Amino acid sequence: MNSELIKRTAAELAAKIHTGELSSVEVTQAHLDRIAKVDDQLRAFLHVDAEGALAAAAKVDADIAAGRAPSSALAGVPLALKDVLTTRGIPTTCGSKTLEGWIPPYDATVTRKLREAGVVIVGKTNMDEFAMGSSTENSAYGPTHNPWDTTRIPGGSGGGSSASLAGFEAPLAIGTDTGGSIRQPGSVTGTVGVKPTYGGVSRYGLVAFSSSLDQAGPCARTVLDAALLHEIIAGHDPLDSTSIDAPVPPVVAAAKQGANADLTGVKVGVVKEFRGEGYQAGVLDSFEAAVEQLRELGAEVVEVSCPHFRYALPAYYLISPSECSSNLARFDAMRYGLRVGDDGTRSAEEVMSLSREAGFGAEVKRRIIIGTYALSSGYYDAYYGSAQQVRTLIIRDFEAAYQQVDVLVSPTTPTTAFKIGERVDDPMSMYLADLCTIPANLAGNAAMSVPSGLSADDGLPVGLQIMAPALADERMYRVAAAFETARDAAAGTAFLNQIPEL
Amino acid sequence: MTVANSAAETMDYDEVLERFDPVMGLEVHVELHTKTKMFCGCQNVFGGEPNTHVCPTCLGLPGALPVLNGVGVESAIRIGLALNCEIAPWCRFARKNYFYPDMPKNFQTSQYDEPIAFDGYLDVVLDDGEMVRVGIERAHMEEDTGKSLHVGGVTGRIHGAEHSLLDYNRAGVPLIEIVTKPIEGMGARVPEVARAYVTALRELLLALDVSDVRMDQGSMRCDANISLMPKGTTEFGTRTETKNVNSLRSVERAVRYEMTRQAAVLVAGGSILQETRHFQEADGTTSPGRPKETSEDYRYFPEPDLVPIAPRAEWIEELRGTLPELPWQRRKRIQTEWNLTDEELRDLFNTGAADLVALTVDAGAPVGEARSWWVQFLTQQANVREIELAELPITPVQVARVIELIAEGKLTNKLAREVVQAVLEGEGGPDEVIAARGLEVVSDDTALNAAVDEALAAQPDVVEKIRGGKVQAAGAIVGAVMKATKGQADAKRVRELILERCQ
Ligand SMILES: [Zn+2]
Repeated sequence: MNSELIKRTAAELAAKIHTGELSSVEVTQAHLDRIAKVDDQLRAFLHVDAEGALAAAAKVDADIAAGRAPSSALAGVPLALKDVLTTRGIPTTCGSKTLEGWIPPYDATVTRKLREAGVVIVGKTNMDEFAMGSSTENSAYGPTHNPWDTTRIPGGSGGGSSASLAGFEAPLAIGTDTGGSIRQPGSVTGTVGVKPTYGGVSRYGLVAFSSSLDQAGPCARTVLDAALLHEIIAGHDPLDSTSIDAPVPPVVAAAKQGANADLTGVKVGVVKEFRGEGYQAGVLDSFEAAVEQLRELGAEVVEVSCPHFRYALPAYYLISPSECSSNLARFDAMRYGLRVGDDGTRSAEEVMSLSREAGFGAEVKRRIIIGTYALSSGYYDAYYGSAQQVRTLIIRDFEAAYQQVDVLVSPTTPTTAFKIGERVDDPMSMYLADLCTIPANLAGNAAMSVPSGLSADDGLPVGLQIMAPALADERMYRVAAAFETARDAAAGTAFLNQIPEL
Repeated sequence: MTVANSAAETMDYDEVLERFDPVMGLEVHVELHTKTKMFCGCQNVFGGEPNTHVCPTCLGLPGALPVLNGVGVESAIRIGLALNCEIAPWCRFARKNYFYPDMPKNFQTSQYDEPIAFDGYLDVVLDDGEMVRVGIERAHMEEDTGKSLHVGGVTGRIHGAEHSLLDYNRAGVPLIEIVTKPIEGMGARVPEVARAYVTALRELLLALDVSDVRMDQGSMRCDANISLMPKGTTEFGTRTETKNVNSLRSVERAVRYEMTRQAAVLVAGGSILQETRHFQEADGTTSPGRPKETSEDYRYFPEPDLVPIAPRAEWIEELRGTLPELPWQRRKRIQTEWNLTDEELRDLFNTGAADLVALTVDAGAPVGEARSWWVQFLTQQANVREIELAELPITPVQVARVIELIAEGKLTNKLAREVVQAVLEGEGGPDEVIAARGLEVVSDDTALNAAVDEALAAQPDVVEKIRGGKVQAAGAIVGAVMKATKGQADAKRVRELILERCQ
């Protein structure tokens, strides 16, 4: 029945929809019912487009009934879209008051590709305002709750997307990852989150936080589902100058190959620097067990040192706020968005200032201020300039590492899901959640998180981060799929089946 | 506003130059006439219903991204090459961050420390023929802003306006900013250099066919940076930047005015504020822009949404090959080919006759005659009619025909001028005018002989004088013959016939 439908993988649902065994409308309705039932508790969605979703589903069903080939491997499957990607005719807020009620006149390239693929967009998911945060608590519309424990955060910034997967509100979701916003939420919700190689997925229509780091990617409950979604949204886009004009890495084939649970010939590097102080014991234990599992699957495991990764976090907190301070300048109340103080007596500048004051939350303001400062004349070289140099050093660390190994692994984030409110007054501890994920963004490489198990100390999910060189995304899919197969075989069930009922 | 800034407080121009050395820098913005805008596919056209040539990218909508217009880059490189610049083998765009309502993203995508073209020069010719080499610091690519229409204010500027209307049709139009090196040591001629430079640059851009260069429509805009340093010192004074200079004449006036204003302030013990000033076309003065509390910090950083531009050396050479003959190259060639003095060359170009003379020569006329007709007689005619030389209703082919008729002895110079006048009056081509008015020279010797014989018979005393060796006395007979033939005889031939008979 419906409760069964919502627990199926996207691949299974697609197969049944494409053979006519299930209708997309029925599958979509089951997920809309689930959203109606549990989203009061989770608050994963900012906007649910039931009407649009059912119409899209009906179109897929009509195609199949008419004997037409489905437009993609995932045609008819529901998806939750992070509210940072523009959707023609559907509100896009980026979790900010400043964009409350804004209805974009155009689709992001990712949105367009999803629609063309017949993927059913059920709604827009909650996020930290403009993707700045690691807990979704920075959303102007209130936090999202972790389905594993609703007193805890679902990660961020893409907490809405990850919670929607773990809460069975959608089998697929799209996230965006600037410093870990796909992988860290994946880690703390026990779901799969992939940050493709920078330039692998178009940024056109992705409301920019930090242009040189932002990357949209697939989120799912299984590695294969993520791979199927990856192939739909990836590829060169003439509308994004930084999009890579190269074939999409064969991630689906790699995920299928990995499912054979044989990693013979694969060299895995364990990043030496991502352990020790600040890491939860249960996280490290789960990570060690995962590394041991990879070894058992036939991988050769070596330790690799990336000495400059320790500078990644400070460099990130100069580069991303700098770009953010410029990217968010356009929210000035002149053309769209919140306008405050326009009473006929105030100047345009005063209205801009009042609107920005009212429209942005504290974390966004903090980063705009940091970025404005870092780019100021006299400080540029010391801050932005040296951060870019660190970036170069990190790229070299990766290059050296990938001379020795095929993929790198680490915990995705140092701890399991923390309590809502626990870190809101301590930005530094919040920033540390992205310690392990940031280097891949700075280097533009591929990286993903796959659940490694439950932490022995709190019973919450732990994520294994797998990183691969740019344009070698398929390597991590193979390793992740192999690990997933072994993990579920050992547990005797799919990972998410261990989640408590809401 | 202080008294020191009022229009009355200017110093006599000669006195300015006795006390100060002016230093000038010119920044010219040129809108390229590419089909589409710099970073999106919107049409690049002047005017149009407000906000009809816009899209998510040029409106700066959240999520929209720029894609570089390749033709814009090509034009920038061609301009750089024509200005004798180096072309950067690798360069980037940068974001220039500042808030202004007509700028959709609140940053301008521009180039900062990595311009596409740098370190060149432009040779410009002043009115007296002196050539001045103006150094070019850089030429870089950027995008134009939208336009604000401030309603209800006194000044038409944002300050004091009741409300403002914004038109983003112009937002994202490709711009090239061309910046000179400081122009020093020109003394009193600084305003003239300014005009000559902008004139020469305009001609160059026209020859390259990259822009409409309409100063009245804003597709070419000039900002003049002026400072004064006391005679005998070498440190540049504080400069002002004068904007809103919308014609070639205004460039000269604005520079001159600003020199006299600054000198008055300095001599009165005041100091020059580093500020933007606006040129007032009506009275030829400049007025201060809105005062800034702090100096602008644009927080430039490399544009992360665009990839670096790395034009291949072969492509640059290919583009060099597409450069048309540039104005100064043409001058040089014409001077050599036509063997002109500097003064003749200058007259040729100042009257706007060069093209017309070249076409007349192409139609078969000798250079000397063609030049003389256009630069002298026809230029006078144009002046009388208060129109441009090229607008005279006579074609180079028609002028060439008149010159031919003179050479054949069928028209005297006097008659030729009459024919040309008639052509200008719309009476038809030269041959039609001659036929209609019966103006052809009497060249039939039989007819002339009769007239000469008659004149000689009428003045036997003069004949005696000629035979006695006083050849100059023949003039009286020539005059009589010309009178008898109503001026249609060729005076030179008449004289020959007289001398033949008096031998
Ligand atoms: Zn546009």
